[in-house]
Amino acid sequence: MAEGFGGGGGGRGRGGPKGAGDKGPRRGGSGGGGMFRRRRVCKFKSEKIDYIDYKDVRLLLQFIPERGKIQPRRLSGTSAKWQRKLQLAIKRARELALIPYVTD
Amino acid sequence: MSTAKQYELVYIAAPEATEEQLAALATEVQQVVGRFQGTIEKTDVWGRRRLAYQIGRYKEGIYVLHVINGSGELVKELERRLKVIDNVVRHLITRVDEDLLVAAHRKERRQAKTAKRRVARGLPPEPTPEEKMRHIAARGGDSVDGMDEAEA
Repeated sequence: MAEGFGGGGGGRGRGGPKGAGDKGPRRGGSGGGGMFRRRRVCKFKSEKIDYIDYKDVRLLLQFIPERGKIQPRRLSGTSAKWQRKLQLAIKRARELALIPYVTD
Repeated sequence: MSTAKQYELVYIAAPEATEEQLAALATEVQQVVGRFQGTIEKTDVWGRRRLAYQIGRYKEGIYVLHVINGSGELVKELERRLKVIDNVVRHLITRVDEDLLVAAHRKERRQAKTAKRRVARGLPPEPTPEEKMRHIAARGGDSVDGMDEAEA
């Protein structure tokens, strides 16, 4: 009895979330995109910044939200090439205590 | 010598360091650079600045930037010296010549491209001053230099 119940429950459990999971992200994704789509441009390309200076705190802080973490590419829209350079610059600036590692 | 490399040295001196101690630090750097036939291209004292986080017992420091032309051995020696000096809370030496060269190339290429496009459209290759003004106004007047804040 217990076995039958467990199996049935498991089957249902697996079926339910999986089905929802299949549709959920897709529906949610398109809905979120429609509601407000973030501007997806690379700041460094569009503003023709040729060199990211680790001493340029004002520039770097634009890519560091509240918590102090480096903003991911998927949020900032920075191209892979510039994200790498940005990452290095931010890490150098952190070493010199120009930018915090963490902020609580 | 022939393969001159350019480095940027930034060090943070302890906030309680006196003028003489700071001067001594500067001459120390100069001596090392001189001994290895390097040159100091630029020296920039940013002055007292709050640290983003506490280092040891320090909450602020005196930032000094040197742009140095020289060899790798010079940097190695400089690094060794700076580690020993108590007055230096922290330091960072980075090589900059390669990145700056790449950046210069990028700028050059872009300008050449713009000039070509402008000529194709029957305009003078360089933007006229009024065009530049319009461009800056459209962008909100925010230029790319960010050193103002560091000096503040």
